[in-house]
Amino acid sequence: MSELLEAPAAGSVTAAPRNYEILPKPTDDGEVGGDLLEVAMGPHHPSTHGVFRMDVVLDGEQVVKLKPVFGYLHRNHEKIAENTTYLASMPYTDRLDYLCSMTNNWAYALSVERLTGLQPPERAEYIRVITAELTRLVNHTCLVGFLLQDMGALGTPLMYAFREREIILDLFESLTGSRMMCNYMRFGGCRVDLPVGWLDQARSALDGYEEFLETFQKFLTENEILVARSQGIGVLPPELAISASITGPMLRASGVNYDLRKVDKYGIYDRFDFRVPLGDHGDVYDRYMIRVLEMQESVKILRQALRDIPGGPIVDPKAKIRGFRPKAGEAYGRIECPKGELGFYLISDGSPNPYRYRVRPPSLINLTVLEDMCLGQTVADAVIILGSVDIVLGEVDR
Amino acid sequence: METLDQIKSRIEGAFPGAALQIIPNESAAQQPSLVVDNASAFAVARWLRDDPALRLDYCSNVSGVDWLPAETTTKTKVKKLVNGVEQEVEEVTKTARPGYLEAVYHLYSMSLKHGPVILRLRTLDRAEQNQVPSLTPLWRGAEFQEREIYDLFGIRFDGHPDLRRILMWDGFVDHPMRKDYVEPDDYDYEPTPHDEVLEKAQKHQGTEVSA
Repeated sequence: MSELLEAPAAGSVTAAPRNYEILPKPTDDGEVGGDLLEVAMGPHHPSTHGVFRMDVVLDGEQVVKLKPVFGYLHRNHEKIAENTTYLASMPYTDRLDYLCSMTNNWAYALSVERLTGLQPPERAEYIRVITAELTRLVNHTCLVGFLLQDMGALGTPLMYAFREREIILDLFESLTGSRMMCNYMRFGGCRVDLPVGWLDQARSALDGYEEFLETFQKFLTENEILVARSQGIGVLPPELAISASITGPMLRASGVNYDLRKVDKYGIYDRFDFRVPLGDHGDVYDRYMIRVLEMQESVKILRQALRDIPGGPIVDPKAKIRGFRPKAGEAYGRIECPKGELGFYLISDGSPNPYRYRVRPPSLINLTVLEDMCLGQTVADAVIILGSVDIVLGEVDR
Repeated sequence: METLDQIKSRIEGAFPGAALQIIPNESAAQQPSLVVDNASAFAVARWLRDDPALRLDYCSNVSGVDWLPAETTTKTKVKKLVNGVEQEVEEVTKTARPGYLEAVYHLYSMSLKHGPVILRLRTLDRAEQNQVPSLTPLWRGAEFQEREIYDLFGIRFDGHPDLRRILMWDGFVDHPMRKDYVEPDDYDYEPTPHDEVLEKAQKHQGTEVSA
C-alpha cells in the first residue's frame, strides 16, 4: 500500500511528463543495448477508429508497453443528462455508440422501466427485438469490414459491408425517419408503429442478408491471409476476461458462456430459439468468427420474431410523457448490445431530472485488457487487436 | 441467490468488526444495496468474490455519486402543556447530514449467473477525506471506471495501481461531475506535446525559435 501515500491530492496536477525521446533499452547484464522507441499512435490515425491514442513503447517491432489515452471526444454526457429530463436524454443516447442507436435506446428505456415499473406491451417487445437484432447485424458487418481494412484489405470488404448495412438503415429510416440517430424507443414502448408493408420489406432484406453472409463467409473465413494474420494473435485467457469485466463477443470468444439475452432474459428473449457461439482460443480469429456466427443466430431470431409478431398497442397506457417523475429510488438495467453489456444506472430523487445517470460503456471497459493482449506482439498486430475489440469513441469518451 | 439480509448476516459472522448497513430501494427494480465501512471494505469484497455460494467474480459497473450536505427534518408528536392544557404538538427536529461521495459497485457472478449485489463505499467528506479503498486488485474491470470516478468526482482510491485522470486533460483541476461544479468562463486549454517538442528543438539548436 505504498502507492497510498504517493497518491496525489484531489485537484492537483497528476500527470507524469510524457517522454517522446528514444529510451535506452536495458539488458540483463546492465549494459545498454539498442533503443526503445516511444510512439504515440493516434489520435489522428485511421486504425484507431476515431480520436483515440495509444502510447506505445517499441523494442524493434515488438510492443513492450502500451497505454491507451482517451477523452478527445468527452462532452460529459452524464452531466448533460442529469441537467435535463428523463425523456430528453433519449435522443442523446443515440450518439453514444452511433452505429447501434437502437440498442442504446433500449438499454436506457429498460433502465427507466426498471425504475418506474412500466411494462411495454407485447408488440413493442417484438419490435424492440427486431430492431435490436437488425442493429447487431449492422454492427457486426461493419466490424468485420473494418477489421479487414485494418489487416490491409483496403476498401473492398468494407464497401461490401456498408452496402448491406445501407439496406438495414433504409428499414430504420422508413420506421423512424432517420438512418442512424433513430430515437425510437420510449419508456414503456416505442415511438411509432411499423409502417404498412415494413415487415415484408424486412423479410426480403433478411433473405438478401443471408445470401450476403454466405458469400462473405466463403471469401473470408478460410482466407489464407486472414487466417495467417489473426490466428494466435492477441490471446485473451478466460480468467482475465472475467476479472477485467470484458463482455460481449470478446468474452465469448475466450470461451465464457455469458450472454445477457440468455442470462437475464430481458424483453422476450426467452421465447426465441437461438444458440450462443463460443470460441476456445480467444484470439483475433475467434473474435472475428464469433461475430460471423452471431450474425447467423441473429438472422434466426429475426425470422422467428417476424413470424410471431402480434398486433396491438405499442406503448404502456400508464406511460406519461408530461410530468414524468419516477419516485425516489434507483435502478440498474443492462442489455446485451452488439459490443457487450450496455448498462444504465439511474438514481431518482423524485424530480423530473435524474439525480444520477451513469452509462456503463462496454467499449471503454473492453479496452482494459488492450495492453495485456498487445504485449509481445508487433505494431501491425496491435492495430488488428484494437480492431477486434470493437470500440466506438462516442461511447468510450461519452 | 440469497437475499441481501442473509448475505449481510453471513458477512457479519465472518467479519465481526464490519459496520454494514442496508439501503432499501423503493423503486420497482427492488435492488437494495449494502454500505460497507472503508476499513473492512476490501476484505468484505474479497469474501464476496471468493465465497462458494456467491462467487461474484464479475464487477459490472462502478459509478460515483455525489451527495451534497443536506438537512433532514423529522417530525415527532410530543405531548406538551400549552397554556396549562395538555396538547399534542408536532416538534420539528433538524439534523444536518454532511456531504459525502460514494462509489457504487454492481457485482454479478458469471460462473453462477446471478446478481446483482450492490456495494456502496462512502468517503468521510467531500474535501480532504475523500478516500475509499480501491477494489481494482480484486476486479481488474474496475480499473478504468475508478480512474473515471477519480477524474470526474474526485474520489481517491487507495491502492489503485494507476490513478490518473482519464477523460479530462492532465492539467485540469476540478471535478466536473460534482453537483456544485461551476463551469469556468474560459478554459485553460490542454498543453499539447507540440510545446515540449518546440522547447527541445530550441535547446538542440541553441538558437531562439520564434513562435
